[in-house]
Amino acid sequence: MPSQTLYMPPRHYLNENYGITSWLLTRDHKRIGLLYLASITFFFFLGGAMAVLIRLELATPVGDLVTDETYNKLFTMHGVMMVFFFLIPSIPATLGNFLVPLMIGAKDLAFPKLNLASWYIYVIGGLFTFYALVAGGVDTGWTFYTPFSTVSSTTNVIPVALGVFVTGFSSILTGLNFIVTIHRMRAPGMTWFRMPLFLWSMYATSLIMVLGTPVVAITILLVAAERLFHFGFFDPRLGGDPVLFQHLFWFYSHPAVYIMILPAMGVVSELVAAFCRKQVFGYHFVAFASVAIAVLGFLVWGHHMFVAGISVYSALIFSILSFLVAVPSAVKVFNWTATMYKGSISWQTPMLYAIGFIGLFTIGGLTGLFLASVGLDVHVTDTYFIIAHFHYIMVGGALMGYLGGLHYWWPKISGRMYNEFLAKISAAIIFLGFNLTFFPQFILGYLGMPRRYHAYPPEFQVLNVLSSAGASILGVGYLIPMVYLMWSLRYGRIAGSNPWGAVGLEWTTTSPPPTENFAETPIVTWEAYDYQTPVEHHVA
Amino acid sequence: MSHEAAAHQGHHPALAHHFDSLAQQTEATTLGMWVFLVTEVLFFGGLFATYMIYRSWYPDAFAVASHELDVVLGTTNTVVLITSSLTMALAVHAAQLGQRKLLMTFLILTMILGGVFLGIKSVEYYHKFVEHHIPGPGFQFEKEYFRHAQIFFSLYFVMTGLHAIHMIIGIGIMLVMLWWSWNGTITAEYSSPIEISGLYWHFVDIVWIFLFPLLYLIGRHAH
Repeated sequence: MPSQTLYMPPRHYLNENYGITSWLLTRDHKRIGLLYLASITFFFFLGGAMAVLIRLELATPVGDLVTDETYNKLFTMHGVMMVFFFLIPSIPATLGNFLVPLMIGAKDLAFPKLNLASWYIYVIGGLFTFYALVAGGVDTGWTFYTPFSTVSSTTNVIPVALGVFVTGFSSILTGLNFIVTIHRMRAPGMTWFRMPLFLWSMYATSLIMVLGTPVVAITILLVAAERLFHFGFFDPRLGGDPVLFQHLFWFYSHPAVYIMILPAMGVVSELVAAFCRKQVFGYHFVAFASVAIAVLGFLVWGHHMFVAGISVYSALIFSILSFLVAVPSAVKVFNWTATMYKGSISWQTPMLYAIGFIGLFTIGGLTGLFLASVGLDVHVTDTYFIIAHFHYIMVGGALMGYLGGLHYWWPKISGRMYNEFLAKISAAIIFLGFNLTFFPQFILGYLGMPRRYHAYPPEFQVLNVLSSAGASILGVGYLIPMVYLMWSLRYGRIAGSNPWGAVGLEWTTTSPPPTENFAETPIVTWEAYDYQTPVEHHVA
Repeated sequence: MSHEAAAHQGHHPALAHHFDSLAQQTEATTLGMWVFLVTEVLFFGGLFATYMIYRSWYPDAFAVASHELDVVLGTTNTVVLITSSLTMALAVHAAQLGQRKLLMTFLILTMILGGVFLGIKSVEYYHKFVEHHIPGPGFQFEKEYFRHAQIFFSLYFVMTGLHAIHMIIGIGIMLVMLWWSWNGTITAEYSSPIEISGLYWHFVDIVWIFLFPLLYLIGRHAH
């Protein structure tokens, strides 16, 4: 990189104006991204606290720390908060909000007011859920299976259901905003196939948000009507079918897994290109793989119900379709590794997360194939094998991608660098802690330890203690970035507009960017990840 | 920022700061409404799927329960709604030509027809209440179909109820459009709010076009 004096721009989106209302009434996509960042971090640590209690309880075979009822509420609230209030909005609503307009060379998202509204809707949904927590929690599991949720449970099902229902609309609005923005707001010369792969994954994610979320919304509404007004939809006493609820629920909630993982895949594509100084191998394949995952994701929900009484034939079809998802996923993994081959790799923190993602996602994905095969799934259904599998995807995959992206774009967001040494250490701690927490759970599940119990036979204790020890390491690993990222806001080294020497429109503007993003609308004349041309030539 | 953009010479006052032109803005908002309507299709889609499954499981109970609905009021409401779609389309036409008074007249007519629909709907709801056809502890029905008829009426109330909520929101949107037409925001160059509201209104009508035969006309040919 040519030596240059790095400076903070005198005017940028953070100092454009001050005061609480300038944030609460902002229409700037970058500020709204930060509002989301603060709120999802709150829910992340709240949900994390539940996980700490769960792992503490499971350190011993007997149920000694909390009662079984409290334990049920702990894993339910952990699931609800982490899935609906952290993972689903994590990358799209924070990094996506911040980056989509910057990456396509637009001044803002297509609907700035709607964007702000989506944050308020999220907060209202969050308040309902928080209320349910304070009022005593809910014990149905994050899946709200009927008839337990509609007839039997005596806990706060309705507030949590309302919270999930309401917050669903915030993700619908985010998805809608991204789709319209990517279609209509691209800068001159920014063709579809010049877009960074992060945008392709955002587009695919938005499709799922827009097509899937309404279905879970109506499903939750039906549950609420059945619980509140004794309407009959799923109640077997009236001839209703509880499995129908599962169909409707998983029609959204399986694709929701791809809402979590696709954005992380997009982040990893950016990181691998930037830190290998190479164009992503097979750009078109990676781009279409995102869309393929979004489409196939809608056709596999039945694999959650292999033991719920669906017919052998539909189980067969859902099994085959579930295997198919492995194809575009593998395309991505192979193409990232092919990009790294003979790249000039620099091992900076975001790249560590990207490497971690690729490894952990591969394990998570391959164990997913176990679960797609009907015979094996019958054996491990509702065991810790499932828990381990989806945590490899959601934590090892989605969360690693989120943290990698947060580190990579942090200098753009804040204008300052974090402490690289601490960041590398904590990335390593997170990787080790994660594997120690969740790998033993594969074995536990295979040996037959069921999920959702607060006590277990003593022979499972060794593996459970390993897992709990790993969780405490993982917890420390998550706290360190909180500290050094906050610290960097004030004391960090000034980053300059392009600290990584990366290509992409977001690096051509100042760090932090001005409110209007670009002094002049950029004109794009180069392909995505054009690392052959020197970076200086990418100034629009 | 918007006041700066508006102050800039040659900018239409309705042009938001982050769009390059009014045409781009119109394209974006129209696409936005279409995407929103797609989410609505899936929202109602979950209900239609549920309906389909239970109707195929319990065809007799659904036919018998369907006969309890007032087909005359239902048909009247269908005509009312189709007419409101016509007045809405005429409102869009008037907006595009910049005929302000005509536009306002058609918007008011659309709202009145929407109100008539809701009025008739509430009369029907009242009848169901009197006849104890509201699902739940107070539900009464002939013994043979008592259980499955509750599923039919549960679907009837949720489907028509959600449709009615969409109508109420639609009337609210029409009120805003009326206000914007009155204060001159809507012009021949900037008629896209009316067009987009029209898309929504037509969508809500189309939902009813599906609801009416599915709920009111089951097995009519056989009796």
